[in-house]
Amino acid sequence: MMEEVKGASSFLSVQVHNIKVTEVLQDGDSLTFIIVSQKMSGTGEFHVDRTYEDFEWLQQHLFSQEDVPGIQGVIFPPLPARLQVNASSKTLRHLGFLGLGEWQPYCKALETFLRQVAAHSILSKNRAVEIFLTSSDPPGRQKVKKNIFNRLSQAVEEMRKEGHKDVDDFFQTKRDHNFLLTGYTKMAAEKFLDVVLTEQKIAVACGHFSTALHLCMEQGENPEKQDFSQVCVKLSEVFNSIKKSMTSTAMNDMNTLGLGLDLETRYQEAEKEMLFRRTCKLVELQNATKNAEKAKPVKKAVMEEAKKATETEFRQICEVAKKEIIQLESKHVETLQQALVQWCEKQLLTAKESAEVYSQHLQTFKRMQ
Amino acid sequence: MADSIRDPPAENTDFQELEDGEDLLLESAAARESEPASLPAVDISTKTNGPKQDSLFDEDTEDLFAEATEEVSLDSPERDVLLSEGPSPAITPITPPISVITPRIGHAHDDMFTHSSFDEIEEEEGGDSFDIHISVSDPEKVGDGMNAYMAYKVTTKTSMSLFRQKDFSVKRRFSDFLGLHSKLASKYLHIGYIVPPAPEKSIVGMTKVKVGKEDQSSNEFVEKRRSALERYLMRTVKHPILLKDPDVLQFLESSELPRAVNTQALSSAGILRMVNKAADAVNKMTIKMNESDAWFEEKQQHFENLDAQLRKLHASVESLVCHRKELSVNTAQFAKSAAMLGNSEDHTALSRALSQLAEVEEKIDQLHQDQANADFYLFSELLGDYVRLITAVKGVFDQRMKTWQKWQDSQMLLQKKREAEAKLQFANKPDKLQQTKDEIKEEIEELEGKVQQGERDFEQISKTIRKEVSRFERERVKDFKMIIVKYLESLVQTQQQLIKYWEAFLPEAKAIS
Repeated sequence: MMEEVKGASSFLSVQVHNIKVTEVLQDGDSLTFIIVSQKMSGTGEFHVDRTYEDFEWLQQHLFSQEDVPGIQGVIFPPLPARLQVNASSKTLRHLGFLGLGEWQPYCKALETFLRQVAAHSILSKNRAVEIFLTSSDPPGRQKVKKNIFNRLSQAVEEMRKEGHKDVDDFFQTKRDHNFLLTGYTKMAAEKFLDVVLTEQKIAVACGHFSTALHLCMEQGENPEKQDFSQVCVKLSEVFNSIKKSMTSTAMNDMNTLGLGLDLETRYQEAEKEMLFRRTCKLVELQNATKNAEKAKPVKKAVMEEAKKATETEFRQICEVAKKEIIQLESKHVETLQQALVQWCEKQLLTAKESAEVYSQHLQTFKRMQ
Repeated sequence: MADSIRDPPAENTDFQELEDGEDLLLESAAARESEPASLPAVDISTKTNGPKQDSLFDEDTEDLFAEATEEVSLDSPERDVLLSEGPSPAITPITPPISVITPRIGHAHDDMFTHSSFDEIEEEEGGDSFDIHISVSDPEKVGDGMNAYMAYKVTTKTSMSLFRQKDFSVKRRFSDFLGLHSKLASKYLHIGYIVPPAPEKSIVGMTKVKVGKEDQSSNEFVEKRRSALERYLMRTVKHPILLKDPDVLQFLESSELPRAVNTQALSSAGILRMVNKAADAVNKMTIKMNESDAWFEEKQQHFENLDAQLRKLHASVESLVCHRKELSVNTAQFAKSAAMLGNSEDHTALSRALSQLAEVEEKIDQLHQDQANADFYLFSELLGDYVRLITAVKGVFDQRMKTWQKWQDSQMLLQKKREAEAKLQFANKPDKLQQTKDEIKEEIEELEGKVQQGERDFEQISKTIRKEVSRFERERVKDFKMIIVKYLESLVQTQQQLIKYWEAFLPEAKAIS
């Protein structure tokens, strides 16, 4: 981020880059996340426990900052959807990669959310962020008043505004591009998820085969029986190794590229929402302009005032939006690069380890002949 | 399965309980010296053992061993002297002239009939070492429509003197293989040899091929069949007795083979076979054999267990193969989506990296396919083959029971005749008496012969089975070890390929910014 200095944020008393979600505790159906952050003064740590509702509370506070100029031009760091305990596979599926593993990807995503919020030059100014990260009491869990930022899955009548032609080439291009990219990224993430799920299935199948082989051991002193038993046991070990290798591969996929694609998808959705807000404001402005022109002299002054106010809002939004978009683009490259490099490095390591293990098995078998 | 009640029958006092087939080798080597080996000339022309259905059930063909009766003494510890180790060479309706058979068999023929001991044939093996490799290749569609069939090239490479050439090939179709198996089964199964089963028919698979569907599934079917035929032939020739069978030799060498007509799926012969199989099954349930030999009981149980285990393993592997194929499909789809993402990306370096990613994933997809094939062709088919082989093994055990049954039947009949004879002694009809007495005497003699023969057959088949089972177990271990080594080699290779791909991609990923 543009103003992100490692660890320094003038509005927070915590270091930003190493906020961690270290644990998740389950109590029946509810989950509590332990968040640890380092004090700016270097004298210790903050440990707080937060539920998903607390995260939503934070998000609502950020959304409802109507007095901050151009707030609607901000691309809000996306909060992952709620994680259901004991969810069916269908409900887990909508979480994508975040529903996999033992909640680690999910915690990582929450962590990223907090870091992005804390590092954001405009958002980190909000008191709610400081309270969230440092207050030992849970932040107030009252519902904040409804605001215009609620999900973009709007009423049908809003949808037609999405295609509204822009007055600015820069933004029109961005909107078109965002539309394409969102679709492709989402699809890539889904396909990659399919790959990971199949890898997990293979690991399970290998485990079954390994167990079945182990059960093939035959009793008896007959040398042929012992020979065959030995073969079965060794083969069982081979398939156990294959299982481990597959599991490792799937984990690598999940924790690097999987998370990366997931984050990208959600960020592009966030960008889409911002662009939509701006478009709505544009429509509002164009209406206000028309009204001002058409107004009867009696109303004209009022209409002009309204139009001027909208104009200012719009301009502020555009300013913020432009900055946000540029930042997002460089972040986007950084995110994907990091994901790809880590993914490749981890897979390379796993492949080398697996090759070594398989070679050893091969030597063992060759000696047995 | 019939329960075997362990009750030593009185007649079986001389029956040796052999733990291991190897013991026989030593025994007979000692006995070889004492017995002049002479076998009356085998009359090839009349003993037809062609693809007759009823040879399995027809008692008369057992007369093959008739000429050997006078040479075998039940008390001699070495029982296998002069029994021809296989029935006489097959005669099929259209056969090559006898003069062709004799020189081909060459000195191996002499060995078989002059030394005439199974063990010696195995020792001969050591001299002319087992060196033969058969490959089935070049599947070619011949003909059109529903009469079309696939012709396969069968190539034999060998240095064994059994064959006329070192490297030769012939064209065969699937029904030829089935015909070969049918002949071998009818000749050898009933005396206890484990004849490897032929690959199964598949009406669905073949119809697709006939109809001309050139898609992946019919290509896979042809490849699966080709591989199965190859394994079938290799298993058959690995058997020291089957290798020397004239039908096998003819199959491998002869450029023209008479069409095996009764393998057609829906032919009347096929239906007869089905009926006989059913009768067999019913029969099996009603034969309660007095099992005196713990070895057989134990082995039968062992094979039951093995059957169950192998089936489980097979199902497990099939599931694995299925998932691997799924992974291949998913990887390909991901590759496509990555490519599209790369295309729509503005940032040049990132765009390039994403395109590279798509390429890497495509290559990995290919690796997954190769791995799925390895899983399938190595393990799945191996396990399937062994499940079918065990069915053949069980069949051989059943044959032993049938042999026992026949022997018992002869004995019971003999008993009845003896009782009838005894009754006659006290009858009061002098004029009919002498004639009837003579008749009965003849019948009794004949039956005594049959009983002796029955006992010999039973002992012979028991001995053969022991050897066969031993051989089977050894081969099984060898087979599995070999397959596993191949599989591991493919695993290692896949991993090394993967390493290459990742190493190539890493700099691309790092170069993004």
